[in-house]
Amino acid sequence: MTNDGPTPLERFIRGILPENPVYRQLLGMCPTLAVTNSMRAAMTMAGAVAFVLICANIVTSLIRGLLKPHLRILVFTLTIATFVTIADRLIAAFMYDMSKQLGPYIPLIIVNCIIICRCEVCASKQSVFTATSDALGQALGNMLALASIATVREILGTGMWFGWRVLPAAWPDWVVMVLPPGAFLTLGLLLGCANWISVKWAQHGRKA
Amino acid sequence: MDYIANLIVIALSAAIINNYVLHYFVGICPFIGVSRRVDMAFGMGCAVTFVITIASLLSWTLTYFVLRQGAPLTMWLTGGKPIDLSVLNYIVYIFVIASSVQFVEMYVRKFFPPLYKAFGVYLPLITTNCAILFACLKISSHVSGVENPAQMWGVGQALTLSFFAGLGFTLAIVIMAGIREELDHCDVPKSLRGAGITLIVAGIMALAFMGFTGVDRGLENVLKKQPVEDTADKQAATTAPAPQDGQSK
Repeated sequence: MTNDGPTPLERFIRGILPENPVYRQLLGMCPTLAVTNSMRAAMTMAGAVAFVLICANIVTSLIRGLLKPHLRILVFTLTIATFVTIADRLIAAFMYDMSKQLGPYIPLIIVNCIIICRCEVCASKQSVFTATSDALGQALGNMLALASIATVREILGTGMWFGWRVLPAAWPDWVVMVLPPGAFLTLGLLLGCANWISVKWAQHGRKA
Repeated sequence: MDYIANLIVIALSAAIINNYVLHYFVGICPFIGVSRRVDMAFGMGCAVTFVITIASLLSWTLTYFVLRQGAPLTMWLTGGKPIDLSVLNYIVYIFVIASSVQFVEMYVRKFFPPLYKAFGVYLPLITTNCAILFACLKISSHVSGVENPAQMWGVGQALTLSFFAGLGFTLAIVIMAGIREELDHCDVPKSLRGAGITLIVAGIMALAFMGFTGVDRGLENVLKKQPVEDTADKQAATTAPAPQDGQSK
């Protein structure tokens, strides 16, 4: 990640699949597991994370000249905590039921490793534009990952997707998928699938 | 007597019934990252228990005296007008956690050098462990009366919750490390190796821990000498995890 590293566009694309924060880097597991029992909650969470990630990356990038090495983690965390407070108040004001449902997982965005990792790896060294596109890519990757897990869990657990019924009403709801064990099982299996696909792709690329 | 019973219920519920890792999904990063060997897992568990207790004590103090609505300090400063500073909660807590980790690190390095060596890099990493922030938030919601206005938590409840939450984390991570040491000898499909199989095992462990659901309510009834209705439920719940555990191996 030196100065002649990837261009902003490459960074944006990289965040979506090749360096997907959840499947490739295994970051930010707590919200990934906790809020993905319904699509709506997962998307709210992904939106909140995207807001905080982009704002924190912009601010960190703006003050990168002033950072002292030994205090930088503290500065990152306090910046993130400020934006999380804003996001939390906004969600509580406009989506009260959702804020009740997500509960403590909104404040837990503060310790979401994705954001601290992006601040440390990218935003504290790059210009504002690069940092923003990097944050956008990572946020989009995170959103896709959350959506994939939530899709599996909500459809198998309740037979619905975003509240619409997709499976016939005769579907025996696998309640366990909505409960904690389902989260671990789904993520474990999806992670295995992601690894398998990326290995296949790599082999395919070598043959061609 | 009711106070003790309350403490026991809080302790059991934090450590086993609503285990922080397997029920609330907090502290997953170290749970996956540091559960390769039992001794390392145990060290991590001890460090987390230590920090979580200290950080909760500090954040209880701050919440009770400064941050909650109608707290003594703001009442005194404004001459009796209740001010709600709880919007500052998150910033204050993360600051408290970061600094208590720093202090614990300095203290351990000065007075227990062997322990410091054993903890190594994991001690500073605890700052970003969600379990600690989660415990602080839980305590704050009980102190400010959001959860249950009739029963506000004192320092005893806060300490019990955090200490036993730490113990529960240690329990989960040590069991996980034990299973993973055995897994090394198994033929796991290639793409599932590492995090994938760990998460699946964690799912089976979570199934086993789900067997405890409802024990806290039954226990509360027994301890408070109220008519017991669901003893059968409770017994079924405590015996259920055993076969599940067997399957996971």
